[in-house]
Amino acid sequence: METQKPGVVNGSPMARRSFLKYAGAASVGLLAVAGCHKDHVIPHGGIDIGSGDYGILNYAYALEQLEAAFYIQVAATPYSGITATETAWLTDIRDHEVCHREFFKAALGAKAIPSLTTDFSKIDFSSRASVLGAAKAFEDTGVQAYDGAGYLIQNSAYLTIAGKIVSVEARHAALIRNMIKDGDYAGPDMVDSNGLNSSLAIKQVLPIANMYLKTKVSASNYDYIAS
Amino acid sequence: MNLFNIIEEIEKVDPEVNERLSPRRDAIKNFTSFGSKVAIAALPFALGSMFKKAYAGDMSTTTDVIGVLNYALTLEYLESYFYNQGTAASGLIPAADASYIADITDDENHHVTFLQTVITSLNGTPVTSPTFDLTAGNGSHNGPFSNVLTNYQTFLAVAETFEDTGVRAYKGAAPSLLGNQVVLTAALSIHAVEARHASAIRQLRANKYGASIKPWITSTAGTGNDTGISLVNANYAGEDNVMQGGVDVSKLPGATSGSTIGVAAATAAFDEPLDMASVLALLSGSFIVAH
Repeated sequence: METQKPGVVNGSPMARRSFLKYAGAASVGLLAVAGCHKDHVIPHGGIDIGSGDYGILNYAYALEQLEAAFYIQVAATPYSGITATETAWLTDIRDHEVCHREFFKAALGAKAIPSLTTDFSKIDFSSRASVLGAAKAFEDTGVQAYDGAGYLIQNSAYLTIAGKIVSVEARHAALIRNMIKDGDYAGPDMVDSNGLNSSLAIKQVLPIANMYLKTKVSASNYDYIAS
Repeated sequence: MNLFNIIEEIEKVDPEVNERLSPRRDAIKNFTSFGSKVAIAALPFALGSMFKKAYAGDMSTTTDVIGVLNYALTLEYLESYFYNQGTAASGLIPAADASYIADITDDENHHVTFLQTVITSLNGTPVTSPTFDLTAGNGSHNGPFSNVLTNYQTFLAVAETFEDTGVRAYKGAAPSLLGNQVVLTAALSIHAVEARHASAIRQLRANKYGASIKPWITSTAGTGNDTGISLVNANYAGEDNVMQGGVDVSKLPGATSGSTIGVAAATAAFDEPLDMASVLALLSGSFIVAH
């Protein structure tokens, strides 16, 4: 497809039509079928991502909320011994993740899950090793999550957006891994002998994300309910 | 630049490719459910079997598919050739960077093997590598990057362009793989590896030579290219886009109170696609010798 221009998605004029309105017809139908999940609230106070494309977009929104909150904290309370270059990198990543979060929030509008409350008690923000270890987990898992959920997206415009974001997460992951251990940008724990990045299913990703969330996120339509 | 483009190109000659490969089609159903369980090492064979089954009894279409796969393989040959030539060039890659570059070389070689295996399992014949000119001189070997195999700085600059362009090449064709668990997931998986490479090369170039580049593409309004090499402007055309799904993401709220995202973060946060025809136009007659 052409490089995306303002107001054009997949070559179709988008003037006077919102993105979600354009893409929404099929998804709205799916939501109607799956109806009961549309409010995202599950009994024990957690959040359910829902179903269909909005479910996947909310899954991404949940992960981006987590990443943005993490890097905001990293920038606010820099670890001991941080260099100017590292500060610049981590501040950039913070801004990218905030951009992703705010994009999903704006794009989803009324369909968006609420803001999630994080729990970073497992992370020592004064320690470089602790912060970068968590960052590596967030970035690698983010790449695996987008790669693993891509096939569930039904609207091509959404898939293109996800593709635009996942490669940036992979760029982040490669940097964070190199910061921990130079040359580990595509380590064998992530990239196999065919040169393929590993991917994860939603039910594999959310338990990891929930380790850092007070508001637990479930995906009842994708075989995962938070405990 | 593998499977995304392959399927996009297939779609041009066979608009029904997605239907053929759809999980809803009975012949394919077993393969897509199989795909989630199959060992990654066996993926080329699984893909080959899937294509074969999807196109069973339709020899003319299979021939077209092989042609498209061979076209993609040609691009993979270029990346692989580039890194292998760089590795073989005496005194080019500093010893300290040898394993760093070797890991990328291995990945690109594996991508070539991956495609060759898929083509062979379709009873096709993988094309042999075309003639390349890594100086972008269309066979003169005295093109704009004439010292690409003797000057490490030039080598890294060309590597950066190849990797960033490779990342772009995947994205445009993603919609053609919509909903296909096996093929789309494999394509996204290769795509992520190309992005890791792009980041890794950018870091190397910045660290060694102080190039004012980040691991991500940071554009300014009207100028997608952030590499400092104007010769490759076309490879970055459109990276300065800030409109995502009808939303100007540069104007969204930023990390600090009262701030906005701004153009730099907005363009860096989203990588932009590039279609196959544009990629070919960028390579043919320069890096790929036109006959």
